[in-house]
Amino acid sequence: MTDESVEAFRLRAREFIRANLKPLPRDESYSPLRNTRTTDEEELASVKRDREIQRMLFDAKLAGICFPTEYGGAGLTPAHQRAFNEEIAGYEYPSRFQAPTLSPCAGVLLDFGTEEQKQQHIPAILKGEELWMQFLSEPSGGSDVAGALTSAVREGDEWVLNGEKVWTTGAWFSDWGLCLARTNWDVPKHRGLTVFIFPIHQQGVTVSRIEMINGSQDFCQEFLDDLRVPDSDRIGEVDGGWTVGVRWMFHERMLMNSPLVTVPVGVGNRGALTSSIVDVAREVGRIDDPDAHDIIGEARTLELVKEKLQARIGEGMATGKMSDQAAAIGRLFGGTTGVRLYTLAFDLAGSTGVAWSDADGLARYCGEDFLMRQTGAIGGGTLEMARNVISERVLAMPREQALDRDVPFRDVPRGGAART
Amino acid sequence: MLLTLSSEQEALRSTTARFLDDRVPVNVLRGLRDDPAGFDPQYWAKGAELGWLALLVSEANGGGSVSGRPISDLCLIAYEFGARAAPGPLAASNAIAIALDATNSDAHHAVLEQVVAGGVIAAWCYSEPPPNDRIGVIEFEIVADGNELVLNGTKRPVESASAAQQLLVTGRTGTGLTQVLVPADSPGITITPLESADLTRRFATVRFDNVRVSLDAAVGAVGEADAQVERQVLAAITIGNAEAVGAMQRAFDMTRSWVADRYSFGRPLESYQAIKHRFADLLSWLEGAHGIADAAALALDTDSPETAELVSAAKAFIGDRGGELMHECVHLHGGIGVTFEHDLHLYLRRVTVNRAMFGTPKQHQRRVGEIAAHRKDEEIRGGGPA
Ligand SMILES: Cc1cc2nc3c(=O)[nH]c(=O)nc-3n(C[C@H](O)[C@H](O)[C@H](O)COP(=O)(O)OP(=O)(O)OC[C@H]3O[C@@H](n4cnc5c(N)ncnc54)[C@H](O)[C@@H]3O)c2cc1C
Repeated sequence: MTDESVEAFRLRAREFIRANLKPLPRDESYSPLRNTRTTDEEELASVKRDREIQRMLFDAKLAGICFPTEYGGAGLTPAHQRAFNEEIAGYEYPSRFQAPTLSPCAGVLLDFGTEEQKQQHIPAILKGEELWMQFLSEPSGGSDVAGALTSAVREGDEWVLNGEKVWTTGAWFSDWGLCLARTNWDVPKHRGLTVFIFPIHQQGVTVSRIEMINGSQDFCQEFLDDLRVPDSDRIGEVDGGWTVGVRWMFHERMLMNSPLVTVPVGVGNRGALTSSIVDVAREVGRIDDPDAHDIIGEARTLELVKEKLQARIGEGMATGKMSDQAAAIGRLFGGTTGVRLYTLAFDLAGSTGVAWSDADGLARYCGEDFLMRQTGAIGGGTLEMARNVISERVLAMPREQALDRDVPFRDVPRGGAART
Repeated sequence: MLLTLSSEQEALRSTTARFLDDRVPVNVLRGLRDDPAGFDPQYWAKGAELGWLALLVSEANGGGSVSGRPISDLCLIAYEFGARAAPGPLAASNAIAIALDATNSDAHHAVLEQVVAGGVIAAWCYSEPPPNDRIGVIEFEIVADGNELVLNGTKRPVESASAAQQLLVTGRTGTGLTQVLVPADSPGITITPLESADLTRRFATVRFDNVRVSLDAAVGAVGEADAQVERQVLAAITIGNAEAVGAMQRAFDMTRSWVADRYSFGRPLESYQAIKHRFADLLSWLEGAHGIADAAALALDTDSPETAELVSAAKAFIGDRGGELMHECVHLHGGIGVTFEHDLHLYLRRVTVNRAMFGTPKQHQRRVGEIAAHRKDEEIRGGGPA
């Protein structure tokens, strides 16, 4: 920990931000899955800019605010990160480095990486040199993460990986993957998993892109064919992958509350923003319409409750009054709110959301955002998984009956439905 | 309710909680069903000794908070009230205390002293009959006539009006608001009790026919009380919200134990995913309600520019989700949930009454929308550039 006060830090951050970063026009705030009709070249240019900004932040000692100084972080507190989140609002920021690179991936490295692994990757991440992806979900299933079929077989000092990972956003332009694989098929599912890391663009990894409903092409699938990973790139124990996985899921659910990532105030990756909804109302000439006030009021109310709920859960966990599992409450509320906000924005945009021209400002996105509405309720673990965690882990209700407990994974029934 | 209490706050909260457990357990509440006042004056006076009416009053007038955040302190009490569906006009009496405290009239301060001590019940004649039962609408006329003020019109619902010795009347004089303190037995005042959805809270219609009072009866300047009235309304809503959250928590906890003990098809209800998932949703609303209620109280205590927005957001959310949560609890109880013999309705009633007081959830939601729609850009964006 360094001893810079939050206020001194805030002023230093403010000065840096105003001098070096571009204010964002409203409708350019990054929304990872929105189809902005950019070409790959334009997308790569944005990725490059994110890397540059991350590097500038690193040089200014504003990167990795809550990461330890020995790995290039600033060694400060969540309060410093919150001040940063306030100061950066409205300016460009390295959005692609937040989730999943800084959390869960870097968080998991901090928790379980060896000293060498941390020295190699954490500073590189904080300098903008490494964008990470999480390779968890597979075509056969994502909710049941521990049911991964991707296999890793040991050969001397190396592991040979085969399988498929899917639904990663931006793997085609990212650098490293954090991957859950099966190393033992003869034990129950949670006991035969191991976590590995590897560079994405190499022999043995084929990345293919998947088009989403709205035409966005950032969703990816990765085929691992005899991919060789040195044992030094294993994270945690052999067959101890679920120990890592539990923390990994925790980082995932904590995302909006995590001190490891920058979430500019007013930005939520799981919902349209009230401020954008107000802009839409203005664009379509309904800013003084009482019906529009009803819609905006519902959006703003949910957004405020979400904000206060997150703060409450953060306080509860920090003071030990709530277990870490309570993060799932925030995940659930954030997910249901996000879905509702997209619907509200669409209702305000009206027909402009479904038939638009480039001249139509933010309203032109609202129909496609509505088409994509459920992404926030699926990605990061579906809301049903959050509901399971809340009922079982927070409220101590009985666990779901699982037919795969205490059964060698090899013998667990598997269904056929999957993307082919 | 706040997660972290100072030891003084904890003492304040737990003293009231114990007192209520002792004095108004559910069998007593049920016994008060047909009581005209809904509570025993001794109960109110004793509760006043625990600080129920003093927290929002300045020290000069015999009050004082325990943490320097008076509304937040009072909300701890209100929360315990809600969790026990306790009797008594907590929100309205405290709103009146704020009004009397803000004047510099010795006569008003003398009444205030008795209100704070619980010896005098005062009722707040604020709400008006439909279609004026909307937030911010006051058409009741208070006309200045020489050295006198003349009151004409009807107020309803007025809480504890039949039990009250004093009435604080909020009306309009020209373009501004005026507040007047009048003895409840003044000539020209007719108080007609109403039926109530709450088991112990009582309401009435109060009619004023040419009620004349001297100018000294005005609480604050004639025609200039708008800001003061707004403060009272925001405080009353926030106290009601804390009560509702207490009632929601109680219903949630009762229902949580019920689904563990109740079986169907050879399994406890709590083992069905359909029920587990509903509880997850309910908990997210409940914790959200705690969070927004406390944030609104803090905003009032710190004079935040976001106060009106947060209070309305809290009222909208707690009114809406609170109602849904209570009915989910009723539903999860099955048939017993809709009976008088089960206690759940005591809390459902509290949430229901508070939901309709001082503006419906929809009205407050619209108000939040108006505030957000007309806010300047940089305020929304948290200090960044426009
Ligand atoms: C925008 C986005 C980004 C993503 N990014 C990544 C990423 O970076 N890395 C990665 O590995 N994955 C990523 N995912 C994948 C995501 O984690 C999975 O889609 C998710 O976990 C669900 O898995 P699935 O798609 O296989 O659906 P399934 O698990 O097959 O679920 C299908 C439906 O059944 C429900 N369901 C499943 N099991 C149960 C149960 N036990 N009880 C009740 N309901 C159940 C689910 O809630 C869902 O509604 C992303 C997904 C999205 C949409």
